[in-house]
Amino acid sequence: MNRNILSKWFDNIFWVLGFIATLIGLATLIVLILDVLADGVGRLGWQFLTSYPSRRPESAGILSAWIGTIWIMALTTLLSIPLGIMAAVYLEEYSRKNWLTNLIEINIANLAGVPSIIYGLLGLGLFVRAMSLERSLISGAATLAILVLPIVILSTREALRAIPFSIREASYALGATKWQTIRHQVLPAALPGIMTGVILSMSRAVGETAPLIMIGALTYVAFLPASPISSEFPFISIQGLFDPFTVLPIQIFNWVSRPQKGFFADAAAGIIVLLIITFMMNAIAVWMRHKYQKKIRW
Amino acid sequence: MYKRVQRYKERLIEGALFLSALFSIFITGGIIAVLFFETFEFFKEVSIIAFLTDTQWTPLFAEKHFGILPLFAGTFLTTVIAITVALPIGLISAIYLSEYATDRVRTMVKPALEVLAAVPTVVYGYFALLFVTPLLQKIIPDLSGFNALSPGIVMGIMIIPIISSLSEDAMHAVPMGLREGAYALGSTRLQVATRVVVPAAFSGIAASFMLGISRAVGETMIVAIAAGQQPRLTLNPLVPIATVTAYIVQVSLGDTPTGTIEYKTIFAVGISLFVVTFGLNMVSYWFKKKFMEVYE
Repeated sequence: MNRNILSKWFDNIFWVLGFIATLIGLATLIVLILDVLADGVGRLGWQFLTSYPSRRPESAGILSAWIGTIWIMALTTLLSIPLGIMAAVYLEEYSRKNWLTNLIEINIANLAGVPSIIYGLLGLGLFVRAMSLERSLISGAATLAILVLPIVILSTREALRAIPFSIREASYALGATKWQTIRHQVLPAALPGIMTGVILSMSRAVGETAPLIMIGALTYVAFLPASPISSEFPFISIQGLFDPFTVLPIQIFNWVSRPQKGFFADAAAGIIVLLIITFMMNAIAVWMRHKYQKKIRW
Repeated sequence: MYKRVQRYKERLIEGALFLSALFSIFITGGIIAVLFFETFEFFKEVSIIAFLTDTQWTPLFAEKHFGILPLFAGTFLTTVIAITVALPIGLISAIYLSEYATDRVRTMVKPALEVLAAVPTVVYGYFALLFVTPLLQKIIPDLSGFNALSPGIVMGIMIIPIISSLSEDAMHAVPMGLREGAYALGSTRLQVATRVVVPAAFSGIAASFMLGISRAVGETMIVAIAAGQQPRLTLNPLVPIATVTAYIVQVSLGDTPTGTIEYKTIFAVGISLFVVTFGLNMVSYWFKKKFMEVYE
């Protein structure tokens, strides 16, 4: 009898303990956000968004950083998403069980766990040096595209796996070929799931710092990459791809590493902007997943 | 005729998709080739024995020493601190979410934990340096402004969602029948969790641990910002240290020309890091495979 009461006691204690353990992470997140807001909200403003970095903390801004971040995000998406989705379609729909498929699968699982700084070393050795692309936007975007590729592949595969086989069979029964089935039935049905993964991998790319430091994104940039729209024929310019750049996380890192206290406020303000971007992307992804789970019933 | 064109088109598409999948192998090949090439150059100038046994790491000084031990000591120290924080909290939280929490709590908490994992690491670095370290200094007056303790703790909190989420997935996959059997014998939820669910999900939980450790070993920005970038062969968490990753960042920030020995060191150090995380990832993958064989 006594032992039973004791067991019941332990059970209840653990319930409380588990609840607290689960809240620790969330509590830390709230403290972190409040701390950053307290430090940086005073620096936020139009001037902060439209100024270049400066030696004086009170007149420094993130213009080159946020424009660089948008460039990097767009280029990384263009490079990684088509490749990632295609690889996932092959692995999920076409591949036969053999040693090569097995190797590719183990390899992707491993790549997803390689530290981001190693991708930086790859980018430095391959794009910056071997291909002589120098410290340019295209080097940075190519490096990040390789970094997020495993994430895109894994999440796309999950989305494809959620499509029931009956959909494919119905399409085959109507005489569609394999690719027609994938193109017109499977991919459209899996699109919300794929988009969720794509947005999450983009949010990862936005926050990455170490690989871009490796490939030599500059910490002090007082100019913008050449605009992609030109006034002369053919009105599109790729000149910007080969320009040096900086991004938000690197600008933040630069300010945190300064000894002067004034720059900490700039760093905090930069973090607020970065967190708004990251959280918005995650919110969209969660919302899409939620909506899609509710709406579609097979 | 149309049929034949169609068939060629199908083949062509399959070929293109296959090449995309194969591309991932080229990435791994590229990483290994780049790391090996520069490391080979490095070992022409520095003996591998000195690299592995020298107790000093001072490639940026006039008197150069190339012993990787101080860097690995730093990585070891921060990883142990992070895991000490993340393992118990992550596991307890996973048990709570899987065995105690109602569905409503679970659907609310899980996306919130994902947000925690989405915070860029440079933000955690700021938090460790300017919030956690000053806070700890009130409790431990000897704590240096740069140290291993504070980034280690923050890294641990960052890793909690990885461990709790993956462990919870593993526990969730344990068949209900096992639990019902134990409940029928009069067990409490805690007894069911510790004596039935956790042992049954062990390899899935172990996979999440390995992944967590691998994340801590490879984490860069938190330690680069808050740990001090001073290679030191010590296990004292209160003084400035440098990790393998922080050293690579430190060299990249300076103006180190290609071909110099300083430039080559980051590849030699990088390959050591790659080997360690590769090993951990493979063990994690193996545990996960083993778990899936049993339950899926």
